Amino acid sequence: MENRIGVYICHCGTNIAGKLDIQELASFASKLEGVVVAREYKYMCSDPGQEMIKKDIKELGLNRIVVAACSPQMHEQTFRRVLNEAGLNPYLFQMANVREQDSWVTGDSKLATQKAARLIAAAVRRVSNHEPLQIKTFGVNPAALVVGGGITGIEAALRIADSGRRVYLVEKEPSIGGHMAQFDKTFPTLDCAACILTPKMSSVGVHPNIELLTYSEVEEFSGFAGNFKVKIKKKARYVDPEKCTSCGLCQEKCPVKVSSEFDCGLGMRKAIYTPFPQAVPNIPVIDTENCLFFTKGVCKVCQKVCPADAVKFDDKDEFVEVDVGAVIVSTGFDVFDPSVAAQYGYRRYDNVVTSLEFERMCNASGPTGGKILLKSGDTPKSLAILHCIGSRDENYHEYCSRICCMQSMKFAHLVREKLPNAKVYEFYIDLRAFGKGYEEFYKRVLNEDVIFIRGKGAEVTNFAETPEEEGKLIVRCEDTLLGSVLRVPVDMVVLSVALEPRRDSNKVAKTFLLSRSKDGFFLERHPKLAPVSTTNDGIYIAGVCQGPKDIPDSVAQGGAAAAEVLSLIDRGKVTTEPEIAVIDEKRCSACFVCIRACPFNAIKFDEDKNVAVVQEALCKACGVCVAACPSGAIKQQGFTDGQIYAEMEGILAI
Amino acid sequence: MERFEPRIVGFLCRWCSYAGADLAGTSRMTYPPNVYPIRVNCTGRIDPTFIIKALTQGADGVLIAGCHPGDCHYNKGNYNAFRRYLLLKKLLGQVGIDEARVRLEWISASEAEKFARVVKEMTETIRELGPLNWGKTG
Ligand code: SF4
Ligand code: SF4
Repeated sequence: MENRIGVYICHCGTNIAGKLDIQELASFASKLEGVVVAREYKYMCSDPGQEMIKKDIKELGLNRIVVAACSPQMHEQTFRRVLNEAGLNPYLFQMANVREQDSWVTGDSKLATQKAARLIAAAVRRVSNHEPLQIKTFGVNPAALVVGGGITGIEAALRIADSGRRVYLVEKEPSIGGHMAQFDKTFPTLDCAACILTPKMSSVGVHPNIELLTYSEVEEFSGFAGNFKVKIKKKARYVDPEKCTSCGLCQEKCPVKVSSEFDCGLGMRKAIYTPFPQAVPNIPVIDTENCLFFTKGVCKVCQKVCPADAVKFDDKDEFVEVDVGAVIVSTGFDVFDPSVAAQYGYRRYDNVVTSLEFERMCNASGPTGGKILLKSGDTPKSLAILHCIGSRDENYHEYCSRICCMQSMKFAHLVREKLPNAKVYEFYIDLRAFGKGYEEFYKRVLNEDVIFIRGKGAEVTNFAETPEEEGKLIVRCEDTLLGSVLRVPVDMVVLSVALEPRRDSNKVAKTFLLSRSKDGFFLERHPKLAPVSTTNDGIYIAGVCQGPKDIPDSVAQGGAAAAEVLSLIDRGKVTTEPEIAVIDEKRCSACFVCIRACPFNAIKFDEDKNVAVVQEALCKACGVCVAACPSGAIKQQGFTDGQIYAEMEGILAI
Repeated sequence: MERFEPRIVGFLCRWCSYAGADLAGTSRMTYPPNVYPIRVNCTGRIDPTFIIKALTQGADGVLIAGCHPGDCHYNKGNYNAFRRYLLLKKLLGQVGIDEARVRLEWISASEAEKFARVVKEMTETIRELGPLNWGKTG
C-alpha cells in the first residue's frame, strides 16, 4: 500500500510560531515524498487539533502521521491515542521535536526554521518505514515470592498474605527472624526485640496463606513480571517436620558442642539444633559437618531419644518448583568484620567485641544470660563504644550505616541499667539522631552520665604508658572539640560495626537480575520516586539489602514492596512494549553473542532449531543485542536499522 | 562566503540525554542549531555502522550521548556503547578522520547545561575542522 502521510505543524501559541516560519515549513513538508497533506494549527494537542488529524485520517485515507511540535516525551502518547481512535495503528506515527530542541534553544530564526525543516524531513522519511506494532497482554499469577525472612520479609509476607494472596517465604537459615532476632532492646523505645518480633514470626508460621520454606534457597529463577518460575532447594534437615513436636530432647542429649552462629560465637549449640528457642519453625536441623554420625559413623543419640521418631538420617535435599507473579528480595545484610582493621585490636585482645556480639551479651536469653562480662568472667568497670567502625571510612565503606549512633547510645543506656557505676565513653565523629524520638533519646542518654568524646577512635592498644593504664585497653583518639590527643583506659571496647551487603549479594543479584549501586547494595529504580522497584518489572527490593536502615524504615519498605506486589496482582494483567527485538531465524548463526549481551537475560537458545530466540515479555527494548549481533539477524521493532537510516537521510539530504 | 554550519547527527538516549536536551529547551538555554537529535532507547543500540553511514552521507560529525556509567536504564547498555566507541575511534583514525568529529558524552536528564555546552564546543571544533565531505569526493 502506498504511503499517505499527513504532516501537522504546531504553533504552540508563539512558543514555536514565534521563532519558526510555519508557513514555509508547511509548504516544504507538503512537497516531501509520500505527503498528502501538511497543515499547521495553533495547538495540535488541543481537542480541535486532535479532531483535525482524525478527520484527515478518515477523509483523506491517511495511513501515517507526523506531528512537528513539542518533545515526544511530552505528547507522543497523546497522538498515538489519536491514531488509535481513528482506527490507525498507533505506531504509524512519528514526532519531530521542534520546540524543546529547536525553537526554544536556537537564537537565529532562519537557522531554526532550517533545523525544523530537516527534522520534519527526517520524521517523514522515518514514518514511511514504520510498520504496525501490536501491544501484547499477559495474565498475572496471583502468588508472590519473598526472599529473606528478616523483619522486612516477614512484614511483606504478612501484608500480602493478609490480603488473601499466597506467599512463598524463602529463608536460608533454619529459622526466620533475621538479625532482629539477635538484638536485645530496640532504640529509641527500648521494647525488647523478641517481644515485638516473636508474635510476628508466629503469625508467619501459622498463616494459612504463607508457605514457609526455611533452610532453603532459590536455585533457579526465570520468567517475566506476572509469570515467574522459581526452583527452590530445601536443604535436608534430617528431622521430619511432620513428626517433630519441638520437645528439645535431641538437643539436650546430643554430645557435640560447637560455637553458635546465632550467638556470634559467644555461646555453644549442639550438632542438632534450632538457632534460638523461639525459632519458627521450631524444628531442629542437623549440622552434618559436626554431627558424629555424619563425621564418624557413630552416635545416633538424637534418634534414640526422640520420642516422636522424627530424626531421619537418610533425609535428602528436596527441590520445589513454584509459579509466582511477583518477587520481593529482602535478604538483609552482614556486619563488617573489624579484624581487617587491625588497629582496633579485634580478635587480638580479649575484650574487644562487635556491636552484634554486645547485643547477644545484653540479651537476657543470650549466652551470658544478659550479663555484661569480660572474658575473665569479671564485670567491666569501664567501657568504650566506638562509632563508625567500617562506616564513613574511605578505606572500608564511604557510607553512613545509619543505625550505629543510635545503637551505640542504646548500649550506653543498657550499661547504665545493668552496671550503674561503670564508666561509659562514646567516641563519635558526628551524632546522627534523625528519626522520630531519636534526638529525645540522645538527650536522655546525655543525662545518664555518659561521656561523649567527639573524635573517632583511632586505635585500641594494651601498651600501657602509665600505671593506671596497666592491664587495660587504651583507646587513642583525637578529641576534635578540645583539639588534643587522648588516651582513655577501659576494660571493654565495643565496636559499632558497619552494615554491609551480604557476602552472597552477587549471586542473589545474578539470580534476580538486580543491579547493585557503588556501595554494593541492590539498586532501586529511583531513589526517591521508586524506592522499592527495580528496573525489572515485578521484582522489588526492601530493607537493608537496598541500603542501611533501621527497623522502622525496613518495616516501612516491607509494606511498600507488599503494596507494589498487590497492585500488580490486582491489575491482573501486564502489557509488553512492542518496540522489542526480534531474531530472524534464517540469519542467526548461533554464536551466542546476543545471549551474553542482553542485560535482561531475555534471549534464550532454542536447542531444536539451533537459533537464539527473544522472549518477548522479558525484552526491555534497549537494542543492545541488535547492535551486537555479528550476523545482522536481530531487528528492534520501531527502531530498525532502516528506520534509523531513513531518519538520518532526512537530516542529511537537504 | 557564508559561514560554514556543520551538520552533526546526535544519537541521544531517551532516558538521560534526550531528556537533558529537552530540559535545555524548557530552561530556555541557547545553543547552536547544528546537532540534529535522533532518539534511541539506549546508546547500546548504536551500531558503529550508523556513525560511518552518517559520516559518509554528509554529516560533519556525530555525537553520541547517554546515561552516566551506572545510571543506564537498561543496567549496562551504555558500557556496550563505550566499548564500541573506542574501537570505532581507532578505525576512524586509520582512515584519517579527526577524532574530534565523533564524540561520546554521558549527559544525565538534569544536565541541560552540559548538553548545551557539549553542543557549543562540538560545533565550534568542527567548524574549525571544516566540512568532512566524506563520500562526496572520490
Ligand atoms: S548474536 Fe545473532 S547470530 Fe549470535 S546467537 Fe544471537 S541472534 Fe544468533
Ligand atoms: S533489545 Fe535489549 S532487552 Fe531486548 S533482547 Fe535485545 S538486549 Fe535483551
